[in-house]
Amino acid sequence: MLGYFKFLLFGVYFGVVLTKSEVVSWFRIRDMFYFREPDLYLIIGSAVVTGMLSIWLLKKFHLRSVTGEEIIIPKKPLNKGTFLGGFLFGLGWFITGACPGPIYAQIGAGESAAFITLGGALLGAYLYAVLSPRLPN
Amino acid sequence: MENFPFGTWPWYVAGPLIGLTVPLMLLLTNKALGISSSFRHVCAIALPRSKAKYLRDHDWRAEIWNLVFVAGLVIGGFVAAYLLSAQRPQLLPDHYYSVKGYLQLLAGGVLVGFGTRYAGGCTSGHTIFGLSTLQSVSLYATLSFFAGGLTAALIAMLFF
Repeated sequence: MLGYFKFLLFGVYFGVVLTKSEVVSWFRIRDMFYFREPDLYLIIGSAVVTGMLSIWLLKKFHLRSVTGEEIIIPKKPLNKGTFLGGFLFGLGWFITGACPGPIYAQIGAGESAAFITLGGALLGAYLYAVLSPRLPN
Repeated sequence: MENFPFGTWPWYVAGPLIGLTVPLMLLLTNKALGISSSFRHVCAIALPRSKAKYLRDHDWRAEIWNLVFVAGLVIGGFVAAYLLSAQRPQLLPDHYYSVKGYLQLLAGGVLVGFGTRYAGGCTSGHTIFGLSTLQSVSLYATLSFFAGGLTAALIAMLFF
């Protein structure tokens, strides 16, 4: 049970940063897609640069996890879904103003309509589960 | 940076803090950042007898950590909006609180859930984690996310 506590803390940390930087705001997502302000591009860009640099350091110094295990970086598969699914998600991101993380953060921040976004996302994942054998891959 | 932490956090604070999640989670938990997989876990738990292989053969018990993580996201949203803000920030426009708005959110949510599962990740798993770990697939995914979002923006501008 205690082992799960660190994941809760990571979630709280991530949720606070996403909400306080307004990455979870429908208004800011519109500003991003309409190129009205650069902030979200700068947030994503600096997040990726920070991540890349730290992974480079992790590898350079052959760091292990706190439990002494070798760090595992899962490889993501490339297929047609990368493009088709990615495009469909982008449409949904514009409409809802939320990618998956922000849906949860919006709920916590008191936007009750985000429960509907979450319901839609679960339905969408279910549809993918049912349709995936027939989708181009 | 005025009134930190109660004002909106600037990009140069938020971006690095988001990026640091990748190495910190690997070092402290040896797990990869990712959020949209939680949709799959919830569906697999809710429908244990599903005919869909994607749910039936899914070992969600090994992924409970991910559900604990997204529960933390909800708490984080609460802490940020109610404890770390002078006034609760409005994150969705008022017009979404209507029948038409609910239908829009539902349809958009379906696209988010379907699309991220088909693409194998979202802005967290692909854009933040995947790009940080130099995976070309995540670059293609990220470009596709923005192709979708910008297409929707163009359609909205032209027709609405």
